[in-house]
Amino acid sequence: MPLSRRLVLGASGAFAMPGLLRAQGSNPIRIGEINSYTSQPAFTLPYRNAMQLAVEQINARGGVLGRPLELITRDDAGRPQDAVRLAGELYNDQKVDVLAGAFLSNVGLALSEYALQNKRIYIGGEPLTDAMVWDRGNRYTFRLRPSTYMQASILAEEAAKLPAKRWVTVSPNYEYGQSAVKWFKQILSSKRPDVQFVAEQWPALGRVDAGATVQALEQARPEAIFNVLFGPDLTNFVRQGNTRGLFERRSVVSMLTGEPEYLDPLGDEAPEGWIVTGYPGEAIDTPAHKAYAAAYRQKFNAKPMCGSLVGYSLINSIAAGVAKAGSTEAEKMVEGFRGASFETPAGPALYRAIDHQGTLGVYVGKTALRRNEGVMVDWRYVDGKDLLPADDVVRGMRPASAT
Amino acid sequence: MDSIIPQLLTGLAGASSLFLVASGLTIIFGVTRIVNFSHGSLMMLGAYIGWSILTRLPRDPEWFILGLVLTVLAIALIGVVLEVVVLRRVYRAPELFQLLATFGVVLVLQDVTLWIWGAVELPLPRPRWMRGFVEIMGNRFPFYDLILIFVGPVVLGLLWLLMNRTRWGTLVRAATLDREMVAALGVNQRTLFTSVFALGAGLAGLGGALSLPNSSANLNIDLSIITDAFVVVVVGGLGSLTGAFLASLLIGILQAFGIVLVPKITLVLVFLVMAVVLVFRPNGLMGRPQAEAREATVAAPVIRAAPRELRILGLVALALAVAAPLVVGDYYLTVLTDACVAIIFATSLHFMMGPGGMASFGHAAWFGIGAYAAGLLMQWIGAPMPVGMLAAPVAAGIVAALFGWFVVRLSGVYLSMLTLAFAQIVWAISFQWVEVTGGDNGLLGLWPSEWARDPTIFYWIALVLAVGVALLLRRALFAPYGYALRAARDSATRAQSIGLDVKRLRIVALVIAGAACGLSGAIFSYSKGGIFPTYISIPHSVEALLMVLLGGLQTVAGPIIGALVYTGLADILVRSTDLWRLVLGSVIVLLVVAFPEGIAGAARRLWLRGREA
Amino acid sequence: MSVLVVQGLSKSFGGVQAVGDVSFAVAPGEMLAMIGPNGAGKSTCFNMVGGQLRPDAGSVVLDGRSITGLGPRAIARQGVGRTFQITATFGSMTVRENVQMALLSHRREIWQFWRPVAGRYAGEADALLAQVGLEAQAERATGVLAYGDLKRLELAIALGNEPRLLLMDEPTAGMAPAERVGLMQLTRRLATERGVAVLFTEHDMDVVFDVSDRILVLNRGVLIAEGDGASIRANPAVREIYLGTGATSGGH
Repeated sequence: MPLSRRLVLGASGAFAMPGLLRAQGSNPIRIGEINSYTSQPAFTLPYRNAMQLAVEQINARGGVLGRPLELITRDDAGRPQDAVRLAGELYNDQKVDVLAGAFLSNVGLALSEYALQNKRIYIGGEPLTDAMVWDRGNRYTFRLRPSTYMQASILAEEAAKLPAKRWVTVSPNYEYGQSAVKWFKQILSSKRPDVQFVAEQWPALGRVDAGATVQALEQARPEAIFNVLFGPDLTNFVRQGNTRGLFERRSVVSMLTGEPEYLDPLGDEAPEGWIVTGYPGEAIDTPAHKAYAAAYRQKFNAKPMCGSLVGYSLINSIAAGVAKAGSTEAEKMVEGFRGASFETPAGPALYRAIDHQGTLGVYVGKTALRRNEGVMVDWRYVDGKDLLPADDVVRGMRPASAT
Repeated sequence: MDSIIPQLLTGLAGASSLFLVASGLTIIFGVTRIVNFSHGSLMMLGAYIGWSILTRLPRDPEWFILGLVLTVLAIALIGVVLEVVVLRRVYRAPELFQLLATFGVVLVLQDVTLWIWGAVELPLPRPRWMRGFVEIMGNRFPFYDLILIFVGPVVLGLLWLLMNRTRWGTLVRAATLDREMVAALGVNQRTLFTSVFALGAGLAGLGGALSLPNSSANLNIDLSIITDAFVVVVVGGLGSLTGAFLASLLIGILQAFGIVLVPKITLVLVFLVMAVVLVFRPNGLMGRPQAEAREATVAAPVIRAAPRELRILGLVALALAVAAPLVVGDYYLTVLTDACVAIIFATSLHFMMGPGGMASFGHAAWFGIGAYAAGLLMQWIGAPMPVGMLAAPVAAGIVAALFGWFVVRLSGVYLSMLTLAFAQIVWAISFQWVEVTGGDNGLLGLWPSEWARDPTIFYWIALVLAVGVALLLRRALFAPYGYALRAARDSATRAQSIGLDVKRLRIVALVIAGAACGLSGAIFSYSKGGIFPTYISIPHSVEALLMVLLGGLQTVAGPIIGALVYTGLADILVRSTDLWRLVLGSVIVLLVVAFPEGIAGAARRLWLRGREA
Repeated sequence: MSVLVVQGLSKSFGGVQAVGDVSFAVAPGEMLAMIGPNGAGKSTCFNMVGGQLRPDAGSVVLDGRSITGLGPRAIARQGVGRTFQITATFGSMTVRENVQMALLSHRREIWQFWRPVAGRYAGEADALLAQVGLEAQAERATGVLAYGDLKRLELAIALGNEPRLLLMDEPTAGMAPAERVGLMQLTRRLATERGVAVLFTEHDMDVVFDVSDRILVLNRGVLIAEGDGASIRANPAVREIYLGTGATSGGH
């Protein structure tokens, strides 16, 4: 039987097409990137585009440490076990210097666990789970995006300003949803002891029974709603909610709904006046963002999505970390990435030394309809460093071994 | 209290949507006996094609109806193509091969849909009339949902007329009762099957298009709807339209009220309903016992000990496998380790499915239970790897013994569906019970003991376990127990009449298969460093089926070959192209058409050509 | 002393009486035929003795021990062998292995996971096969056997259980007339040699009168006649039923 195994293996070497983007010149710095390209294409395809753009731009500027960047991407099919196997392939077979990627939290955690065991560096871009840098944090793992906690805390802060006292929550029933609700309740309650949470709905991820969920929330007669649903679940929820009048004369605070990935599909039914985190896209008029958005549009003839911002910033952050380390040796890179500051289209950011969390910030604002499309208005950019708990709290959450 | 009526109506609207999809599935099953995994994909296509048509039409109700009709016709046509190109070629293959072929179609359609319509979900812009509502007991109730409530019974009525007032319908009903008889009557079976498939597909398309005003065309429809549709069809009784309707009502209404009473239970609720119904009514609410026609007609080939040549080949292969770490790099070592896990995964399924005659659609449940047993012991008491690897089969075996009590009362597709339901319940627990299982973040930090951490050592451990389990299972199959198990599968009546305890034989088979599979879950977890609910997902269960069926059900070497081929194929494809689902799906369909008895089965036939079986 | 004693056996389905108050007995080595028109309650009777159906009333006693209401497996364990109207054999095994299974099961050696079946009780199996004339076919797959040979194989399997009572449901159904007599004469011989009581149903009256020692006639669930071939032939009630339906032989 290994006869066939050997045949298979021999063939696999010939078949594999490593790399979307092979850098010219010798001895490139290779970034191995794993993401859910087939199972989460709406987010990851614009994300991969922007990574390519960033690699090209950096190479045009002469690369990092005098070496060009090379990007190799792999599809984890939404399965952490596949991601771990591919991480082994990228490190051992493709000899990458840096491992990056992940959309799903569990893939991010699996890769972070792999990084710890094999003493390799891993830079997570998108996964939101707090565990990645806090209670499951480790020496070799860094994470770029503002976490569930950061997103929930800025929303809780905004929610505290509202007069509403009777709150309900609706959230997909899994770790992300449960964490978001937990943080939101905790922070809002501490700022507003008069607030009470009168009902919660926990539809299964990807299978919301929107009519019944909306009806159940309506029954609780809330003054405000905290929503964590996203994607097709959000679309169903918003449509039923609109028709049944759930959102009328009520405040709604909603995680990630301002991201064009989730706001655009709602079309002319995009809700108005929801307080959301998200990404205003081309409405951002800082010079850095304008330049980035123009380059992206020129190359891909599409508007940059939130995923694009993450992918682009991820590559830039890796370039900065490696440059600061002055080496592609794992231990040196860990030291180099700690405190490494980098530019993103949203503004400058850095990887905190204390917990390896990136300080890429959060756009928070309100939703509105413009020309029958949902947009974010009245938004502001909150630097990530202002959204994190005090240092001693963070130290308490992170394992002692994660130094 | 005034919210009971609106919630009830909401449940009825949901029931209608469920019924549309389930009705097509049940009609197709009734006549062709095909468990059509791609039915959800047809609904997804219905949503996408419906979107493409409806966004090009004026937005008035009459145009909406025209758009629906066009969509139904389009999906029916796709159904015809599917039937003629793929399924027609596999009707003679064992039932499960058809399932495999339709799963290949699912994979292909996922990539095709992504390629045509793109990654972003596509909601249909709702004109004013779709946004309207009526006041019911002080609550607003969507006008469109009211329409949906009526669509279900109307479709049921039309189908009833079609089935009871036309010659075609009479034939369909006759075929549902007794396929062989209709063939004997000289009816053109091909046309009948094709038209039935077209009708079923059209209903799925209708369901997809009608779902647009409430949700969107998106890439997740296929797999999320197919499990619900299976549940409805099974609860209602396979092949029964009225049953499917009743089951839709039951599940739709329970769902609507379940959300209010126990918000977190929704995912499990559907499967609990199914499990309870099947325990009390093993053929569903309105189903008839499946005729065991196959028992008399198609006999499985005699299993004989492997010929000398094959044994030598096996020994050579084993020697190569042992020596592999000296040749291959670290990465391929992990692929080989995965292959060892796959061998146990597949041989354990083969044990209960081939000789045991119990096709499991939820084999990943045991894999996951074993994995979580090792992981939780590690987390709670810091159990090291050897303890974890011992606990995994024990835990999986114990659960299998409990579950076995339910499952051995059933047979055929009902049994398969109960295993699916069980796996979904286990998955839901691991996914949603974050406090214990870590939810989708999983249990992390499960690494081999220090002495086994070297990839080569760990590979050898996995190899020893894989070869050991495969040999033990094989040994048991050639021992009296294995023969008795096969006897019970070949003919339960005969087995009983010589004093064999059929139920007990099958429970023990389930325990052995579950325990072995649990071990593979533990090995896998230690090699990946963590445990995630994806281990228990439906696609993972289907992978086990793929391996067994690709290799061949009727030979002992089959699942091993299937595991190796599948692991190798998947690894190559995933790394070489973004379109791996398209390629993998096509390869599966081709293999099923070319080798309906599996790779090992085909090799065996070639080997035996000219000799009597 | 009778091997099987049935007393007052009754069964209704949804208020319709299928079998009412049927009593009979079979002695060792005796061949008892049960005949009657379609729907007379033969199969119901048979299935109650064999354990497939639970009687509403009455008792079934085997060798002095009640087996009333036991399942088919328990009844098999008590020493009742069976053949079926549609042959039921183990299609994925060779002819010899089919008989080996019966021998292993009879000796309670099923729950063994290590020692291979191959070779175990092969001699005894071959001896049984020789008795039914299948010794030359021992190595063949069951699936390729001719129908008549399958019937013989069923007989060999049933004998492997060392039964004291053999229940044969339409043993010659689907066979050519010449084969029928051959099979039943074989059964007759085995019954005599081994002292096995045989209860069988049969459509072919030639077979019935040829091999049976005694005949039971059922009509509408009730026993209307019992006796040897000559007395049954002469029985006016039986004549009426059979002349009424017109079927005196053949069947299929």
